[in-house]
Amino acid sequence: MTERLRVRVDPDKCQGHARCKALAPELFELDEYGNAHEAGDGIVPPGLEDKAWLAKSNCPEIAIDVIEE
Amino acid sequence: MSDVSQPVAHPPVTDWVNDFDHTDPQWTEDPFPIWDELRAASPVVHTKRFLGCYMPTTYEAVREIANDTEHFSSRRIIVRDVRPEVARNAAPPITSDPPVHKPAKQLLLPPFTPDAMKKLEPRMRAICNELIDGFIADGKVDAAARYSKYIPVRAIAHMLGIPESDSDLFINWIHMILELGIRDESKLLQAVQEMSAYFRTHIEERKSRPTDDLISYLMNARDKEGQPLEESHVLGSLRLLLIAGIDTTWSAIGSSLWHLAKTPADRERLIAEPALIPTAVEELLRAYSPVTMAREVVKETTVSGCPVRAGNMVLLSFPAANRDPTMFPDADKVVIDRRENRHAAFGLGIHRCVGSNLARMEMQVALEEWLKRVPDFRLDPAGTVTWSQGTVRGPRQLPFLLGKAM
Repeated sequence: MTERLRVRVDPDKCQGHARCKALAPELFELDEYGNAHEAGDGIVPPGLEDKAWLAKSNCPEIAIDVIEE
Repeated sequence: MSDVSQPVAHPPVTDWVNDFDHTDPQWTEDPFPIWDELRAASPVVHTKRFLGCYMPTTYEAVREIANDTEHFSSRRIIVRDVRPEVARNAAPPITSDPPVHKPAKQLLLPPFTPDAMKKLEPRMRAICNELIDGFIADGKVDAAARYSKYIPVRAIAHMLGIPESDSDLFINWIHMILELGIRDESKLLQAVQEMSAYFRTHIEERKSRPTDDLISYLMNARDKEGQPLEESHVLGSLRLLLIAGIDTTWSAIGSSLWHLAKTPADRERLIAEPALIPTAVEELLRAYSPVTMAREVVKETTVSGCPVRAGNMVLLSFPAANRDPTMFPDADKVVIDRRENRHAAFGLGIHRCVGSNLARMEMQVALEEWLKRVPDFRLDPAGTVTWSQGTVRGPRQLPFLLGKAM
């Protein structure tokens, strides 16, 4: 069975750099202050795995987790 | 003001590790080998200059300090020769510590989200093209004086709702505060007073005729208790937006063009693959980060194992952090398609630059429009590139020849 990925933003660490939204707009949303949270339940649709890892590795606050389920 | 200090002499630096000075001409000209030397010596170095100042030299030490608001205060954010008394509401939220910081920051965030910046983008493209129209037929240009400078100054004037034609006035105040003010306090005070008087006039005008701009936005803002902000808070935040929004992005656009002028391969690749420009902007921000901030040590602690004592300032060099090879492979090379890039050009922690989305948009638009219309350019061998001194580093003279080399 193939692994499924889920992204999660730690709201206490996020400072609104918005790098995740720029790199993976399908996986993240911004609130009115520009702080990020995962879109929906954070499940990464097939084909967007690379974007999930890219968002994680570009977050300056190390606020993004990619969980392999 | 009876006790304004006199400018202090700065002898040339001969021992960087124990006597660093970020206003030394050698640092201004080429800081990168100095940072490598300091990093090799210790994660935290100290100088007796500026009444005592530390500098974290690694990415990790910079991150530790940026995230530690208990031991490091933002009440002073520029390392200067003197420590004038701290004004309340100097420039909130950048000069605020918790718990005052958060509400002041949240107030400024909504007008600067990526979506808000998208609305500003057409005006930015028009500004870039108007500027290019002004010199494209000349065959040469000082790109710092006639292009990179006016993009951010006109953008922030547009957002604040003040005349774009006052640009040179703003640029002069910023020069007095961020450069001359490091060594000459009277220049700093004069500029702050002039800016406050300028904004007071604009606030008065809006009392009878409200406008749809950031000045009216701040005048109409309410705190948690439903009270309007004190006038000193409004003025402080307006000064911050004007100061922070201009020579920072001026520097970032200028350094990017400077890199592309002397690196034809990168230039050709971005022309062929414009979709790569946002990635390249991040790498140019990393390699040539313009902004160095400061903190004041308010409680003794250790950083990366090094003791730091209260009463000293900290030169918080995000630019040096971004050149740390432990964090960035090939840190001294510009890799315009670098995939993993946690650079700290806009700071780390609660003081992340409120204008980062604006700066990114301006840089992308400025490079896109320039490369569309000026695909070939190079440094003019008859001219000299000069760099600003101190807190914000970028080219202030950038002589280019335009068109293909003969």
